Amino acid sequence: MKPALEKIRSIVNDATLDARQKARYLSLEAENMLPYPDLDAQTAQALDERVLCDLYEGNAPYKPRYVLPDYSVILTKGSAYLELDAPETLDEAINCLMIAYHHVPSVTGIPVYVGHLDKLLLPFCDGESDDALYRKMKLFWRYLDRTLPDAFMHANIGPTDNRVARAILRVDAELKQIAPNLTFFYDPAVSTDEILEIATNNIVECSKPHIANHPIHARTFDDQGYGIVSCYNALPIAGGAATLARINLKEVALRAKGVDDFLGVVLPHYVDLNFRLMAARMTYLFDKSNFFSSFLVDEGWIHKDRFTAMFGVYGMAEAVNILQQVEGRTGKYGFDQDANELGYRISRSLSDQVKATPLKHAWRQRAMLHAQAGISVDKDVTPGVRIPYGTEPDPVSHVQALQPHHQYYASGISEILTIDETIKSNPKALLRLCKGALASGFREFTANVASNDLVRVTGYMIRLSDVEKFNNCEGSRIDTTVLGAEAAAGTGILERKPRVISHELSPSYRQ
Amino acid sequence: MNSRQATVSKILTYSCVDGPGNRLVIFLQGCNFNCPTCHNPHTIGLCNSCGDCISACAQNALSLREGQIEFAAAACDQCDACLRACPISANPMVRSYGVQDILKIARRNLPFLDGITLSGGEATLQLKFATALFQAVHEDPELKVLSCFIDSNGHLGPEGWSKILPVTDGVMLDIKAFDPETHKALTGKGNTRSLQSARTLHRAGKLFELRFLVVPGYTDTAQEVAQLCDFASSLGQGVRIKLNAFQHHGVTGKARDWPKASRPMIEGIAAQLRNSGVAQVVTPAVYV
Repeated sequence: MKPALEKIRSIVNDATLDARQKARYLSLEAENMLPYPDLDAQTAQALDERVLCDLYEGNAPYKPRYVLPDYSVILTKGSAYLELDAPETLDEAINCLMIAYHHVPSVTGIPVYVGHLDKLLLPFCDGESDDALYRKMKLFWRYLDRTLPDAFMHANIGPTDNRVARAILRVDAELKQIAPNLTFFYDPAVSTDEILEIATNNIVECSKPHIANHPIHARTFDDQGYGIVSCYNALPIAGGAATLARINLKEVALRAKGVDDFLGVVLPHYVDLNFRLMAARMTYLFDKSNFFSSFLVDEGWIHKDRFTAMFGVYGMAEAVNILQQVEGRTGKYGFDQDANELGYRISRSLSDQVKATPLKHAWRQRAMLHAQAGISVDKDVTPGVRIPYGTEPDPVSHVQALQPHHQYYASGISEILTIDETIKSNPKALLRLCKGALASGFREFTANVASNDLVRVTGYMIRLSDVEKFNNCEGSRIDTTVLGAEAAAGTGILERKPRVISHELSPSYRQ
Repeated sequence: MNSRQATVSKILTYSCVDGPGNRLVIFLQGCNFNCPTCHNPHTIGLCNSCGDCISACAQNALSLREGQIEFAAAACDQCDACLRACPISANPMVRSYGVQDILKIARRNLPFLDGITLSGGEATLQLKFATALFQAVHEDPELKVLSCFIDSNGHLGPEGWSKILPVTDGVMLDIKAFDPETHKALTGKGNTRSLQSARTLHRAGKLFELRFLVVPGYTDTAQEVAQLCDFASSLGQGVRIKLNAFQHHGVTGKARDWPKASRPMIEGIAAQLRNSGVAQVVTPAVYV
C-alpha cells in the first residue's frame, strides 16, 4: 500500500481514537493532499526548513484559525438561519448558546470561544435564585466538557463582580474539568478584591482561571471588544484570527553572525517571509474558500473585516543565548540583565516591524504580534519568550524578567508560573503575586500549582491521569490529551518543576 | 557591628511559607540553638575566616584578604560547595546589608509583597537591626502597607521582646520540645525562655503562629503531644498551631539518619490538638 493510504488505514484502525477523532484526522489528511497556497521559493524554503512554521493549519485554509462570534446577536435577535427566536429566559439563552456553538468553526473544528458568559447571561438572570443559577451553570459546564471536549475552548468572565461569574467560578473549582478553559478579566477599577480572591483561590484548586489585564487589552482593541481564546490569544470580538504563522527565533539566531546582523538583516528578512506566508494563506481563505458566504456573516455574528493575523514568535530564550554566545557573553536569558535587555530589544524590533507592515484582509490592515506558546512537536525550543522549563527563577524574579516584553505582544503572551504546592496553605500569596504581576504590566497572569491533576500544557489544560491512561492505550474522550501525551513525551514538559508546554492544535496524526 | 547593618545569609523575594501572603524574607546569619534537625544548618555559625572553603569553590569566588574571607558575588554560581566545606556551619557568602539597602529591595518588589519576615538563623540575635528595620518600614509612606514578622526560636528574653514588639506585627515561634531534656537534646539549650516568650507574645496579641516540629522518637511521644495540647489550651483562644513534619531536606549530620515524620503521624497529632479545642491547626501541604 502507498504510504499515504497506509497512514489513512492506521487512522481508521487506531485503537485509541474514537470515531469523531478519526474523522477529524482523516479530514486533515484529505485537505493536505491538495497543493499548498502559492508561495515564492524563499518563503517555501523557510517553511520547509521550519524557520517559519504554519502550525500545520492545513494546505487549504477554508476557515479562520480562531472565530470569536458576537453571541449577543443570537441572544438579542435569535437566528433566522437556525430558526431560533430571541430567548427570553435563562434556560432559553443557554439553549441558544448550546446550539450556536455547533455552528462555529475553528482550526480544531471545535469552537475556541464560547463567549463572555457573565455579560451575555446576566440580562436573563433576574428572578433566578442563586441556587438555581448555580445548578444551571453546573449542567451547562458539564455539557460543554462532554460535547466539546477540547481544552482550547475558552470562556470569558469579568471584570465586574457578578452572580454569573461567581456561579461559574464555583462550578469550575468543583468540577475541575479540562474544558472549558476560563479567563477572568481583571480591572482594578471595576473588579472587587473579593472576586479576584475567589479566582486566585480557584487557581490553587485547579490551575484555572487565567487572569487577563483588562485595561491593557481594552486599550489594544476597540469598542466592540475582545475575547481571550484558546491558549491566551487576545482577539477582536465578531472576528478573530484568520491565521497564525510563527518564526522560530532560535533558527533565525543560528543564521546570524551576531546581534547587529540578527537585528539588522536576518530577522527583518524572516519577518518579511512570515508576512508573505500569512498573506498567501489569507488570500486563499478570503478570496477562494467561500468561508465568508455564510449565515455567520449575514446575521452579523462575525464580520469579514475583523479578522486579524497573528504574527507568532517562539524560541526567544534560545535565540538570546545563541547570540550571547556569539558575542562572547555568558549571561543566560531570564537571569542576566544584558541577556534580558537583548530579549527586550528583539521584542521591540519585532513589534516595530509588525506595526509598520500592511497586510491585506487583516483587521486594521495589520497583523498582531504574538508570543506563541508552542505545539506538541516542538523540541529543544522554548515557547514564546518564556524562560526554559525547569530553570525558571522564583515567581517574582520570573515576572520581573519577562514583564518588559509584555507591552509588545498585542495578541497575547503568556508565561506560566509554576507555583509549588506549599501555596495551598497560603493562597493569599498567590493573590498578591497575581496583583503584583498585573500591576507591573503583565498582560496576563497564569499559574500552575504543582500536584494538581489538572495542569496547563503551554496554555491548554490536561489531566495528568488522562495522559497516563492514554499512554496505557485506553484512549481519551478529550482531544487535547493526545497533544498532552505527545508534548509530555517529546519536550520534557513534565520534567518541569510543575509543568507546562505546548500550544494549540493537533497538527496531524502520528502513531 | 553597626546596629544598622545586618549579616545576611540570603534574601528571598518570594516565599509563601514565612507568614501571611507573599513575603520578602531576610535570613539573618547566626543562631544560638544548634539543632541537628535544622534545614538551614549553614545559617547557624558565624564565619571565622579559617579559609577552608576557598579551595572548595570551583568558581574562585572566595579569597582571603587581610585575614578576612572575601566573597565575589558576581563569580558565584550558587553551587553551595563552600557550605559543605565549612567546618563550623557558617556561610562565607554572607553579605552585610544596611536598613536602607533592605528598604530599597522592598520598594523594588513592593507590588508583589504582603510583608517582610526576618528569619534565620535566629533573627532576634540582630535585634537592633531588626528593630531599626521594622521602625523604618512603619515610618515609610510607601512601605508602611507591609506587615513585619519575625520567625524566632523564642530564646530572646522579655526585655528584648519589649524593644521589638512595638514595631512587630507578628511572630512565628518555634517550640522544639516540652520536655526540658528533649529540648536540650534537640537544640543544645533549655526551653524555659521559649515557653515564656510564647506566653508573652500571645498576651501581646503578636503570636501569629506557634510552630512545633514533629521529630519521630523525640516529639511525637504521647507525653509531648499531651503537653503541646495543654500548652496550646493554656494560651487561650485564637492560638494557631502549625505542625511541621521533620524531613531530610537540607539536613546535615546525624539527624539525616533519623526517620522522617509521616503524614498519618502529623494528621494524628493534628486531630488530638483539634479535640483538645485548638481551632486553628495547620499541617504541611507537602511531605518530601
